[in-house]
Amino acid sequence: MASTLFDKIWQSHVIATTEEGDTLLYVDRHLLHEGSRTPIEKLDDLGLGIARPGQTFGTADHYVPTAGGLDSLAADQRRMVEIFDTNMDRFGIRAWRLGTGRQGIVHVVGPELGLTLPGTILVCGDSHTSTHGALGALAFGIGASEVAHVMATQAIWQRKPKAMRILLHNDLPKGVSAKDVILFIISRIGVSAAAGHVIEYAGNAFSAMSIEQRLTVCNMSIEAGARAGLVAPDETTFAYLKGRPFAPKGADFEAALAYWRELRTDEGALFDREAVLDASEVAPMVTWGTNPGMAVPVGQKIPSFAMAKSADEQKQWQQALDYMGLEAGAPLLGVPIDQVFIGSCTNGRIEDLREAAAVARKGRAKVPALVSPGSGTVRAQAEAEGLDRIFIEAGFEWRGSGCSMCVGMNGDLVGFQKRSVSTSNRNFVGRQGVGARTHLASPALAAASALEGRIADVRTYL
Amino acid sequence: MKPFTIVEAVAAPMRADNIDTDQIIPARFLRTPRKQGYAGFLFHDERFDAEGNENPDFVLNRPAYRDAQIIVAGRNFACGSSREGAVYALADYGIRSVIASSFSDIFFNNALINGLLPVRLEHAQVEQILDLLEAQETGVVVKVDLVNLQVRAGDLAFGFRLDGLKRRCLLEGLDEISLTLTYASQIAAFEDRHYGRLPWLKRVGEAAPEA
Repeated sequence: MASTLFDKIWQSHVIATTEEGDTLLYVDRHLLHEGSRTPIEKLDDLGLGIARPGQTFGTADHYVPTAGGLDSLAADQRRMVEIFDTNMDRFGIRAWRLGTGRQGIVHVVGPELGLTLPGTILVCGDSHTSTHGALGALAFGIGASEVAHVMATQAIWQRKPKAMRILLHNDLPKGVSAKDVILFIISRIGVSAAAGHVIEYAGNAFSAMSIEQRLTVCNMSIEAGARAGLVAPDETTFAYLKGRPFAPKGADFEAALAYWRELRTDEGALFDREAVLDASEVAPMVTWGTNPGMAVPVGQKIPSFAMAKSADEQKQWQQALDYMGLEAGAPLLGVPIDQVFIGSCTNGRIEDLREAAAVARKGRAKVPALVSPGSGTVRAQAEAEGLDRIFIEAGFEWRGSGCSMCVGMNGDLVGFQKRSVSTSNRNFVGRQGVGARTHLASPALAAASALEGRIADVRTYL
Repeated sequence: MKPFTIVEAVAAPMRADNIDTDQIIPARFLRTPRKQGYAGFLFHDERFDAEGNENPDFVLNRPAYRDAQIIVAGRNFACGSSREGAVYALADYGIRSVIASSFSDIFFNNALINGLLPVRLEHAQVEQILDLLEAQETGVVVKVDLVNLQVRAGDLAFGFRLDGLKRRCLLEGLDEISLTLTYASQIAAFEDRHYGRLPWLKRVGEAAPEA
């Protein structure tokens, strides 16, 4: 019978299935960050250790400072980083700590070090684990209790999600980024459309994307409610993996390649849901509300209430606009902003920084603009290319690596009722700080907005 | 884990879709050690004003819902971040069950593992319950019965589905880890097959350079 890629990866990891449909799945890779504190306390309470420390990797990201050392943090923030270091030592887990060259956001570090491989199951206690699906892995976020379970057993109980395919045909217009693609998709299908499903992104728009672009798309699968998102591995994937520090080497790489080439959805395989979209309709996007589905092309106006599908939706829009300090039917272009954030597991990779720098070099920031490369590796590459100089000369701040202002847990916050253009993934109420008003956008659009001090159309800078 | 069989308690109506986990517990509270308790963080920025005083309009602060142990909400409850702190905040506050039209997948699992029962009903059924709750000045008692898989509120009675491992663990208060440890030989046998087929996968990580 014809199977989907998701079926194949799932099936190849089944340890046991109960009569009622609970499946015990094997986990190839488990990635940790400072949030591993609570699961490890649970293990300690149970008197258990980590079953497969060699398949477990850690990097500090949620609480690390992006300016100054650990001393710049509040005591309880610093404690999170210190406990992480202690725990990684205690269990003999390979980890990248603050101040070491490769430390960074777990979803940037995993792929770039070759920890994320096609056909594997990878989990992490973070919802944006869907990112890793860009390499053809089945990767999903789990909660702290499940993290403890994977630590103790290297396995996880799951119900099999359904399969969804998002087909994006035709070519993307010039000046449109992967971030615009995923914001476009979510604005069309909705923030819960893919709940209970694993999305496979297919069609020539995705085939033509680099791995970094696919990582951006898969990253925000969770914002459409998906359990995971993935792209079938292809020559672009294999070329990306070759030579990565933890990717197979030599004869092992050849053996892996033979396996990876089989990893694709069979002709005629059935999906439970399918959405077909036209890439030529994608434009630079920006969000106007308090979830990632509330997004429009930057040149368009905020929807008017007459466009709401129901009274409930109208009420949601009203609440979102009240929070955002905006009005229905008003233009977004030109709305004054207070700050810009470029970074995160969505848009903190080298290609993102190149796109932002290409715009930043054309002017000078009128509002504070923080650039946080997604990892030490990205930062070093950017500095080798001189991108740091471009940002600094344009008045942007060049910072260290971590989750930073995407979630503000390290103190990088947007102020009360201040407006940011951010390359991160969530514009939820209070996400970037109490009362913070977040507009999600691509790195280039964020950089353009920094230069103008207002929401800007990136296309005038291309 | 605290077992869940039947809970009969006042239910608080939260008629909204997409209540995300950043609203349920803002990120700045997640560095609090679990054992210190998370009750005070639940819906913190809506429940309290900037000075830390209760916002009298927030549903859980209203006299009718002071003793609520059940929340009724719309679609996609607890979407967003995987933070299990959202479950800890609900559970520590005293919420035993959330009834909603749908839940985020990660929260659904997190809740079940921690003794908080997420009940999925049809959206129209949820709206009927919300209508009932909102029509009363005082709190309405709702019965959530995991034994018989039924929700009762006034004259309304709706069945819901939950089976398998998660239901069994919840009814008996069992931790999944202890159960899975009994699968140790199956896990080891799986690894033999898996790495027999994909030997390079086992070597990755072992032979790789240290950073």
